Amino acid sequence: MSTQIKSRQAGRGKPGGRPGSVNRGKPGSAGRARVAILAGVGYLVAFIFIAPYLEMALTALKPDRELTASPTTFLPKHWDFTNFVDVWKAAPIWQNMQVSLIVAGVATLIALLVALPAAYYTARNRFRGRGAFLLLVLVTQMFAPTALVIGIYREMVALNLTDTLLALILVNAAFNLPFCVWILHGYFSSIPKELEEAAYLDGAGKVTALTRVTLPLSLPGLVTAVIYTFIGAWNEYVVALTITSSPNRQPLTVAIPGFVTSYQAHWQYLFATSLIAIVPVVILFVCIERYLVGGLTAGGVK
Amino acid sequence: MHNTIEARGAGAKAPAPSSKSALRRFGRALAPLPWIGPAVILIVAVVLWPVFEMVRTSILRISSSGATIGTRGTGNYRDLFDETDLVAVLLRTVVWVVGVVLVTVVISLALGQLLNARFPGRRVVRWAVIVPWAASVLMTALTWKWMLNYYYGVVNKVLQGVGLIDHPVNWLSNPTQALIWMMWVAVFVSLPFTSFVILAGLQTIPEDVYEAARVDGAGRARTYFQITLPLLRPSLLVAAIINVINVFNSFPIIYAMTGGGPGSKTDTSTTFMYKLAFTGSGDVGESAAMAVVNFALILILVLLYLRAVGWRGETKS
Repeated sequence: MSTQIKSRQAGRGKPGGRPGSVNRGKPGSAGRARVAILAGVGYLVAFIFIAPYLEMALTALKPDRELTASPTTFLPKHWDFTNFVDVWKAAPIWQNMQVSLIVAGVATLIALLVALPAAYYTARNRFRGRGAFLLLVLVTQMFAPTALVIGIYREMVALNLTDTLLALILVNAAFNLPFCVWILHGYFSSIPKELEEAAYLDGAGKVTALTRVTLPLSLPGLVTAVIYTFIGAWNEYVVALTITSSPNRQPLTVAIPGFVTSYQAHWQYLFATSLIAIVPVVILFVCIERYLVGGLTAGGVK
Repeated sequence: MHNTIEARGAGAKAPAPSSKSALRRFGRALAPLPWIGPAVILIVAVVLWPVFEMVRTSILRISSSGATIGTRGTGNYRDLFDETDLVAVLLRTVVWVVGVVLVTVVISLALGQLLNARFPGRRVVRWAVIVPWAASVLMTALTWKWMLNYYYGVVNKVLQGVGLIDHPVNWLSNPTQALIWMMWVAVFVSLPFTSFVILAGLQTIPEDVYEAARVDGAGRARTYFQITLPLLRPSLLVAAIINVINVFNSFPIIYAMTGGGPGSKTDTSTTFMYKLAFTGSGDVGESAAMAVVNFALILILVLLYLRAVGWRGETKS
């Protein structure tokens, strides 16, 4: 008790104490000033992170003639929402979006279905080759498609899989798999075995114990793995650029830069499409933000 | 790993499962297979096969249409080392990786503290900081390219407005300025993940450690350097190493903003590798040689990583 009092006094003596301890006790005037400063800095930081996307949105809403007007204006004089409609009609955006959705969705599903049992088994069992498996996962986590793109390209040529969605799905699933295994392994390891043993006593089998007891408790780890994979696949660029050639089999990342080439520069279309691609993902991210910190805490950071 | 299982399987099969215990041992060795087998297959087929394919291609003669004409021995490597730009590209890659990761980690340490502090609207700030992570790196890079446009970009307008420059600057046409701006974009897109990893690390530090420090009368700076930073070491390591890999491979930023140009004055090893294979007359063999050199660098980083995370403890199962 006495330590608590002491610590509170110490905290108040120096303005604010450490970050995160602001709310303990009633904030004095120094504490209030600190909160105000923190909030101010916070909003400034938020603005800096949002600014490029704000500019993206504002440009997407400008008519063609305003894009090249001089002097440049920050806000559109005439808000032109038709850019979104135009680009949707003029280019196979919907097809590209379907490609992105299929590739990212199926790759995430595969990565998760493959990573889950592997992570669970290695977390719960000691077996010969366990160390080797975890080492394989740790090492391949360091390989990015970009570094191996020549090899991937040659492999897909050999397998006759160039210009197919299957190739994109496999590449995205496999390259994100190690991170999924790693984060889930960390998460499963942190959940006490006793909880499952209790389920066994109640007559549950291994799979039931996993799906009823362990998985619900691992939700932050699962969400982190899913999001990491989905975002990685949704935003993958180099492999898609290299192995797809038909416009209707290209994901958005490859199709979008096509609006600005040496022959034409439709920046407003480029940004209209970018917004269509970015906004759903950002909303998704914002929704799971609280799980994300928890997932990284248990799985990634240990 | 795949090989280990197969080798064990073959080994167990060889003496013919005469006794029950041998059969049981064989069964036990196979037990992990349904659980980890698919993962091993996927990694071997899609991640490790390209490694093999890349090394093989680097000693082949490949036509511009992609057909194999024959072997070339070390010819592709000789061509690569004869490239006049190679040394500059490799040095630039080091500057790019070290610069971007250092700046990212330092800013992220501050951002992690900010996101961990309590103030009204903290959640909104966290959401804002997450946005560049969710947004595509490519699209973010294209946005910055537009903002840096000589005629219509807002960067020139803002900098002129606050009086930092007198007249518009064509940022991306000057290799040095272009590189600095692209490094900033690389930092910008790396900050969210790194800050969140550090935030996650901060939340694993128990409150009573700080209580104890306060009782001992440690000041804020001292608490930070003697308690917070040392306890953050694991998350910092993870964040830094994952960053090194991502930044090493951050192809879209350079490819979208300058295309490595003018010439190859803003190329890093990855864009250089891509250009060798897929632009101009295209030499896949020489590009594969560049990829192998690149890969050797990554392997060195992997070894450093394994040492840093203290792998040896984990392998003892």
